[in-house]
Amino acid sequence: MTTTLTRTHRPEKDTRRERQRRSRPAARRHNWAAGVAGWAWLVVVAIPLYWIVITSLKDKSRYYASNPLVPSGDPTLANYRLVIESDFIRYFANSAVVTVGAVLPAVAFSVMAAYAIVRGWRMRVLRAMNGLFLMGLAIPLQATVIPVYLLIIKLKLYDSLLALILPSIAFAIPLSVLVLANFVRDIPEELFDSMRVDGATEWTTLWRLAVPLTRPAILTVSIFNGLTIWNGFLLPLVLTQSPGRRTLPLALWTFQGEYGINVPAVLSAVVLTTLPVLVLYAFGRRQMLSGLTAGFSR
Amino acid sequence: MSALTGRPPRRGPRGILPWLAAPALVVFVCFAVVPLVGVFVLSFTTWDGIGAIHAAGLSSWRTVLTDPGLPHALQVTFLVMIASWAVQTPLSILLGTFMAGRQRYRAALGVVYFIPLLLSSAAIAVAYKALLDPNFGLGAGLKIGALSKDWLGRPGLAFGVVVFVVSWQFIPFHSLIYQAGVQQIPKSLYEASQLDGAGRIRQFFSITLPQLKYTIITSSTLMVVGSLTFFDLIWVLTEGGPGDATRVLALDMYKRGWRGSQMGPASAIATILVLVGLALALLLRRLGGRDAGESQLEGA
Repeated sequence: MTTTLTRTHRPEKDTRRERQRRSRPAARRHNWAAGVAGWAWLVVVAIPLYWIVITSLKDKSRYYASNPLVPSGDPTLANYRLVIESDFIRYFANSAVVTVGAVLPAVAFSVMAAYAIVRGWRMRVLRAMNGLFLMGLAIPLQATVIPVYLLIIKLKLYDSLLALILPSIAFAIPLSVLVLANFVRDIPEELFDSMRVDGATEWTTLWRLAVPLTRPAILTVSIFNGLTIWNGFLLPLVLTQSPGRRTLPLALWTFQGEYGINVPAVLSAVVLTTLPVLVLYAFGRRQMLSGLTAGFSR
Repeated sequence: MSALTGRPPRRGPRGILPWLAAPALVVFVCFAVVPLVGVFVLSFTTWDGIGAIHAAGLSSWRTVLTDPGLPHALQVTFLVMIASWAVQTPLSILLGTFMAGRQRYRAALGVVYFIPLLLSSAAIAVAYKALLDPNFGLGAGLKIGALSKDWLGRPGLAFGVVVFVVSWQFIPFHSLIYQAGVQQIPKSLYEASQLDGAGRIRQFFSITLPQLKYTIITSSTLMVVGSLTFFDLIWVLTEGGPGDATRVLALDMYKRGWRGSQMGPASAIATILVLVGLALALLLRRLGGRDAGESQLEGA
């Protein structure tokens, strides 16, 4: 599973040079199977997305009579108003609090742990910790929700946003530590030596040297975890109860339960909950894609 | 002494390092390791999810292991796993090869391809539930009989829909992985084989596939272990239905535990889920022959 993870740190120059080499005219070959798959997949992906967007702009009463693939002549935002009036601002805020509240500590703790594991590899304690985190990668952590639920009840955190934040941090740690450790390991030994000569402590070296040099990986890991937590469904379903604590995916599900027949309204809720992520995608597509695969590719 | 040199004599005591790792360790142990042990312990108790917990010996395991629901849930879980693997892998390899080309229009198509990755499983399931509705969905609106079936109301169809939607959501992710894998194959291999007169199909099977070996193992591991956690998608689409047609292990756990107030048997199911996940991860690792990530860590 981690085979390609180790390649993440390969400098981009290599691939670029390789691509140039590949672009020589000799390499002009038509791969029909891949071409057909490429265009067919475009249709499979684009039609549902197109249908979702145009339907969300249709008037409820006219939706059933219209051709579903033709956009409405006079688009309306009434469905979006209904969704926003159904408390979606609050669910949005809940999702934002949980995501930011979990990603910041998760990434900070993981950077510290990754640094310690790489720098202190001689210490048995740290090697054991690393083994523990690696084990977390192989186990479907969702299977632990029952004890997590019990723990949250015992901590008197049930039905609070903190109840969602704490397990989200824990679930994010294994992959984050693994990816970040690969990057910390790439920092040249001489840089650490010169920090030491300057009398810097491990703590200063971590923040002044390791963190700035691993910034791309930190961004990658933050995006991956942020998206996972933003889109999370099981923890909110199990650990919260009152409508005031709903996060967006859960709210979307209950909204469909209430307004199921009002297809345009349901689809505007889908669009609205995805909008923040789409905006991020528009601005930082490259970082997002590398974050989405969390360094599994490249 | 230190006052004389103006600098503290300690030269970066390494003893601080374990403390740097401590916060991550504490959170991980509390909310992942302890629950992992806890799920095993709870499988020997009875608990309705609200009241007191009582020791109950093997009764939960007896309930679960004699219930025909378990083999059924295992069967559905493995069928979803195998079917979604078999659909996703060839398509992801093809799309990855397509995306690895340098043509600019392919990059433009890529912008659309990856949108499903951004949507939550809940959003995708909600949208597909609306799209597939036999009365108000896309097929009904187009008045095409073949498309306005009761997709989620019939067992065979519902299973197919789950596999299709899973593939729709995750093929982009795996084609990204294959795209990177294809780009790392040295061009010279193809040139050499061309000189030897190898055809395209021959090249695919004797160069591309073997060169993608580790990519295939990475992607398959993620697909297989990931398929054990398809909870939200299936829950929102079908709630495990119709009947129990799409009731995978994760849903079985949730339904027994929270809908049936039987946390003991639900914990037994969760334990099985953990064991299946571990066994599959180990099996795939053995197929890979090595775990580069780990061996590199060990060699550091």
